Amino acid sequence: MAVLDVKDIRKSFGQTEILKGISFSLEKGQVVSIIGSSGSGKTTLLRCLNFLETPDGGSIAVNGQTLFDAAAPAAQREADIRRKRLHFGLVFQSFNLFPQYTALENVTLAGRLLAKEEPDYKDRKKDIFARIDGEARQLLAQMGLSDRMDNYPHQLSGGQQQRVAIARALALRPDILCFDEPTSALDPELTQEVLRVIRQLADRQTTMVIVTHEMAFARDVSTQVIFMDDGVVVESGSPEQVIGAPTQERTRRFLDSYNQA
Amino acid sequence: MELILQQMPTVLKALNVGFLQTLKLFFVTGLGAFPLGLVIAFGSMSRFKPLSALTRCVVWVVRGTPLMIQLLIIYYFPGMVLKNNIWGSGEAGRFLASSIAFIFNYACYFSEIYRGGIQSIPRGQQEAGLVLGMTRGQIFFRVTLLQVIKRIVPPMSNEIITLVKDTALARIIALQEIIWAGQSFLKGSHGIAGAIWPLFFTAVYYLAFTGVVTLALGRVEKRLDYFR
Repeated sequence: MAVLDVKDIRKSFGQTEILKGISFSLEKGQVVSIIGSSGSGKTTLLRCLNFLETPDGGSIAVNGQTLFDAAAPAAQREADIRRKRLHFGLVFQSFNLFPQYTALENVTLAGRLLAKEEPDYKDRKKDIFARIDGEARQLLAQMGLSDRMDNYPHQLSGGQQQRVAIARALALRPDILCFDEPTSALDPELTQEVLRVIRQLADRQTTMVIVTHEMAFARDVSTQVIFMDDGVVVESGSPEQVIGAPTQERTRRFLDSYNQA
Repeated sequence: MELILQQMPTVLKALNVGFLQTLKLFFVTGLGAFPLGLVIAFGSMSRFKPLSALTRCVVWVVRGTPLMIQLLIIYYFPGMVLKNNIWGSGEAGRFLASSIAFIFNYACYFSEIYRGGIQSIPRGQQEAGLVLGMTRGQIFFRVTLLQVIKRIVPPMSNEIITLVKDTALARIIALQEIIWAGQSFLKGSHGIAGAIWPLFFTAVYYLAFTGVVTLALGRVEKRLDYFR
C-alpha cells in the first residue's frame, strides 16, 4: 500500500489555475523529486500536501486514510487539520527557524506543546520532556550539529540553519518529509552539506518529497522523478528515464536549459 | 533667590502631591492602553471587513483630533449636554474621565505600532508553526509575540515618553496633577501667591521621570538583544 496517494489535485488563485490535476503516489521509504521551472506549481503542490493551501479539487490519502477529499467537503475544523498536518513535515527554502530559540529549542518546541495534549501530561511532564530533549539532541547530532545546539539561528550559517530545520521537522516523526527547494538560498558549498544530510536520510529509508533544482542530486537520490510544467505532470518515472532519457519535448527543453547554464 | 529657598519646602510638598497624581495617570493609562491597543490592532487587521473598517475609522478620529478636545468632550459632554454629570464634581471623577480619555487615545496610537510590528514578522514564521502542528494561539504567544515586542520597543519608547508629558493635558479639566499644583502658587496657595517659579520647576520632575523611563526602556531593548 502506498504511503502517499495524491489524486487529481487542482488549485486556482483567482482566475489563474496553478495545479491542473496532479496525481502521484509514493511507497514507504521512497524518494520522489519534483523538478520543473519556476511557476510550474511545484511549491503550491507541497503547500497543498501540508494544508497551507486548500486544494479546489482532488484527494490526498496517507497510509490508506483519506486526509483530504474535495468531493466530500466535511467542514474542516482547525483542530482536525492540525492533526492531519502532522503526517507531513515541511522544510522551507528560507529555513524559517524561530529566531528567539536556540537550535535545540527550535527542535523541541512543537513536541513539548503537543505533549500537553497527552492525557497524563501533568504527572509525566518531566519524563516526556527528557525524552523529547534526548531525541532532539540525537537528531541534531545526526545532522552534524552536536556543538551548535545552544546557538541561536543568527549565529549559524545558512547550511547549519537548514540542517536545524530538517531536525525540527524530523522531531515530530512525519510519515512523509517534504522539502521546498531546500538549498536555493545557499551557496554551492553549503548546498552540498545540506544535500549530504538529505542523502543520509534517503539511505535510512525516509519517505521524502523533494522539490529541487539540483538535477544531479535528484538523479542520484530519487526513486522517482516528476517533471512538472504549467500545473501538470509532463513526465514521471525513474530518474534514469526522466532525467537521463526524457521522452517529452518539454522535459528535454527544460533539462537542456540546465546543461547550458 | 533667598525667597525661593524659603518657599522651597512648601512648594516641593505640593508639587510632590501633584506629581503623584501625574504618575497615577501615567501608569493607569499604560495598564489600560497596552492591552486595549492589542485588541484594537486585531480589530483593524480583522478579515471581517465591517469590523476592520469601523476600527480604522475610530483610530482615524482619535488620532486625528487633539487629545485636549477629547478630554473636554469626555468630561463635559455628559453633564452639560446630556444633563447627566456621570463624573460628579470631585477629583475622583476628573481622574476617571482623564483615564478613559488617555487610555482610549493611547490605545489607538499603540494599536498602529502593534499592527506594524505584527505585519512585519515574515509569514514563514507562522507557516513554520502551522506545519509543526501548533495552534494559532501557540504560534502567536510562543513564536510571534516576542519578535513583535523586540521590533516595537523603539517606537513604543517614543510614545511612552510622549505620554509622560501628555499627562499635563489633564490640567484642562482641572485634574490636580503637577502642572495644576505648580500653577496654584500664582493665584495663591499654602500662603504663597504670585510665584511663577513653581510652575517652571515642574519641568524638572518631567525631565527626571523621562530619564528613568528612558533607562528602563533601554534595558528592555538590551534584554532582547540576544536574537535577531
